[in-house]
Amino acid sequence: MPLDTSLVRRDFKVIGTRVNRPDGIDKVTGRAKYGADAFAPGQLTALVLRSPHAHARIKKIDTSKAEKLAGVKAVITSADLPDHTGGDRAMRDVLENCMARKKVLYDGHAVAAVAAIDAHIAKQALKLIKVDYEILPHVTDVDEALKPGAPLLHDDIFTEGLEPKPTKASNYIKYAEYGHGDVEAGFKDADVVISKSFKTEQTHQGYIEPHACLANVSPDGTAELWVCTQGHFVYRNQCAILLGMDANKLRVTASEIGGGFGGKTHLWAEPLALALSRKANRPVKLTMTRDEVFRATGPTSSASMDIKIGAKRDGTVTAAFAELRYQNGAFPFTWAEFGAMTSWACYDFKNVKSVSKDVVLNRPKCAAYRAPSAPIAAFAVESVMDMVAKEIGMDPVEFRIKNAAKEGTKSSYGPVYGPIGIGPTLQAAKNHPHMSAPLGKNQGRGMACGFWFNFGGQTCVDLNVTPDGNVTVAVGTIDVGGSRASLALAVAEELGVSYDKVRCVVADTSSLGHNDMTDGSRGTFSSSMACVDATRKCVEELKKRAAKTWDIPVEEIEWVDGEARAKGDKYDNLGPLTLKELAKTAGNTGGPIAGHSEIVADGAGVSFATHICDAEVDPETGKTKITRYTVIQDAGKAMHPSYVEGQYQGGAAQGIGWATNEEYIYGKDGRLQNAGFLDYRIPVCSDLPMIDTQILEIPNPNHPYGVRGVGETSIVPPLAAIANAISNATGVRMNHIPMSPPRILKALKTKKK
Amino acid sequence: MKPLDIHLWGALRPMAGGASSVPVQAKTIRELFRKLAEQYPGMEPHIQRGVAVSIDGKIYRDQWDTPLPVDAEIYLMPRIPGG
Repeated sequence: MPLDTSLVRRDFKVIGTRVNRPDGIDKVTGRAKYGADAFAPGQLTALVLRSPHAHARIKKIDTSKAEKLAGVKAVITSADLPDHTGGDRAMRDVLENCMARKKVLYDGHAVAAVAAIDAHIAKQALKLIKVDYEILPHVTDVDEALKPGAPLLHDDIFTEGLEPKPTKASNYIKYAEYGHGDVEAGFKDADVVISKSFKTEQTHQGYIEPHACLANVSPDGTAELWVCTQGHFVYRNQCAILLGMDANKLRVTASEIGGGFGGKTHLWAEPLALALSRKANRPVKLTMTRDEVFRATGPTSSASMDIKIGAKRDGTVTAAFAELRYQNGAFPFTWAEFGAMTSWACYDFKNVKSVSKDVVLNRPKCAAYRAPSAPIAAFAVESVMDMVAKEIGMDPVEFRIKNAAKEGTKSSYGPVYGPIGIGPTLQAAKNHPHMSAPLGKNQGRGMACGFWFNFGGQTCVDLNVTPDGNVTVAVGTIDVGGSRASLALAVAEELGVSYDKVRCVVADTSSLGHNDMTDGSRGTFSSSMACVDATRKCVEELKKRAAKTWDIPVEEIEWVDGEARAKGDKYDNLGPLTLKELAKTAGNTGGPIAGHSEIVADGAGVSFATHICDAEVDPETGKTKITRYTVIQDAGKAMHPSYVEGQYQGGAAQGIGWATNEEYIYGKDGRLQNAGFLDYRIPVCSDLPMIDTQILEIPNPNHPYGVRGVGETSIVPPLAAIANAISNATGVRMNHIPMSPPRILKALKTKKK
Repeated sequence: MKPLDIHLWGALRPMAGGASSVPVQAKTIRELFRKLAEQYPGMEPHIQRGVAVSIDGKIYRDQWDTPLPVDAEIYLMPRIPGG
């Protein structure tokens, strides 16, 4: 029987409690195994040769000297990775990004790789590889890349979404638009119209653990890959395609993960490790340096945006328009389009329109970064919302409450909303003591709202009762933010046992059916649904075993608080049969007791948040200190509140870094100037205040417990909330992220003039 | 059977002569995709790349057996990536 995913209100016994995290001790004692901790006897060290040029044609690669160096066991170029993608453009781009073919498209693009007996020899070998480049003109700015005559990256991109379709290739990938109503008529109805342009610079997810893997390809054609990833099944599937293997021959085991935030949803170097291992006939370890992580994995887009809002003096927005131009790095995708979809999603506007322009240029291939594209759009939109509120003399929270989307609102991206949490988060912000706390000298307060879709996807879990009456649950979604604890709680709740009776592990790709990645805030949402399903099936089996034991009909048995009981008075002489007792006799009642689930977890509820920020700006140095920060977000149902709070705080912390300091800086030569944590400064503890959180629970009707994903929305409002706070502190509207000290000083000087 | 009004996102509209919605007779998402590809061949590559379907505000990405109720509000949307 398929799982009934609809919400059933109930009193929870363990869901919502703050149990100990199962990975805590291993992580604080150094026992936990991360990507680089995998080891195989005889393993080689892999290093990758990367382009120093932003854009160049590869005329020739000579690897002969490197191959002859003693200790080098394999050297590969694109010739060792023939194209098995069968016309799939997206997969071909993955292949070409992992190893350049005819052209290098950004500083850091891989051109060759070696496997040697140690890192010293591998480094020497890289120096012996000679690449003959024909340097081409490059472009690293999104607006410049859109101009006619800009250096062209690909000769097969003809802008999608324009009528008639262009016949001339360009860097302009796609045009898209969303919205409803008549914005021009809406602007005519407005008492106040404000327009402003914004820019955001490129940032990296900044996960602490660099990408690392160990590949071991056997001459019999089977292979193993131990890797740090957000989705080992997807890595398995894609690596198998790129290497021309059957997926069942490649077994991928995921390590613990030291952060991903979307950056570990894509392949970057893993196919190279497999190709080297196949060629060398030895296990190959590949660990990226931080420099490589910055230059050759997937940061988020930089962007340029124009926003226009019209409103009546009573606070009613009459029209809203956004044009969003995002760069996708060197390979085509649609990151701007997702910005267009999310930009106005918090609001109920009669006339609203967003248009997006996606662009390729000579930077690394962009990847998802936590609610990808939404924070950038929210920065621009929420800044102008504040400007309009100020212009009409209305409190910014009241202005947003007046225009907030609610159940039944037609969203700016199309569908009508069900029950949603933007209104309640705004009301909570209005009532929060933070909003009325006094401010000091040079301080300003800002607030902003944010939205993210969330999704579910393919999920498979396997639950087994051990002979001693405990439970193991094997899941296929990587635990990036505490899902093992939450999933064990779901099993414990359904089974009616305590949390410590359940151990949740992440299984390898040969042990379970396909699971989509842990992305889109889906890990806990979808796997908890599958865990509920598997546990309910296991309970049905336990009831059958009790029926056999007692020799009474199964219909006469109910499962209560972790034990089988005979219903009513008819069998009142029978004492309950516990899970432990049923497990002990399982061999005599039908064999091992298990529960399985294979589902598509559709129906993830959309998510909203409102953030409040206090910032203090030093007028002499331009340095910003965030003095107080509050996150208010709807979780649907917080299965483990501490982890939910951690997600809220983590998103805010990353947003603070993005807003105040983080930035890819390119030189005129198209080379990245700050590929390290010294010059690309992510926030450290001393940069952050205690981040307060408030969890709201507006249940998702499409999940048995009402759960919504919580991992991403918390990074959507911070850029805007901080920009509004800094603008209120300085009296200058900040329109360029990051608001680093030099940029703030420049704005202050311009104001004085 | 009454045709459903299928709302298209911007990128699909050029394949339907600029229409913001098209009538399609379909009982499930699978049938909807099949008929869209038959009636508007330009949409097939989009469907292959991944299209999500919002049925009365609930978004389906994968479950193609999902029934399409009569009078439901149906929007096609691009498949969203996540981080």
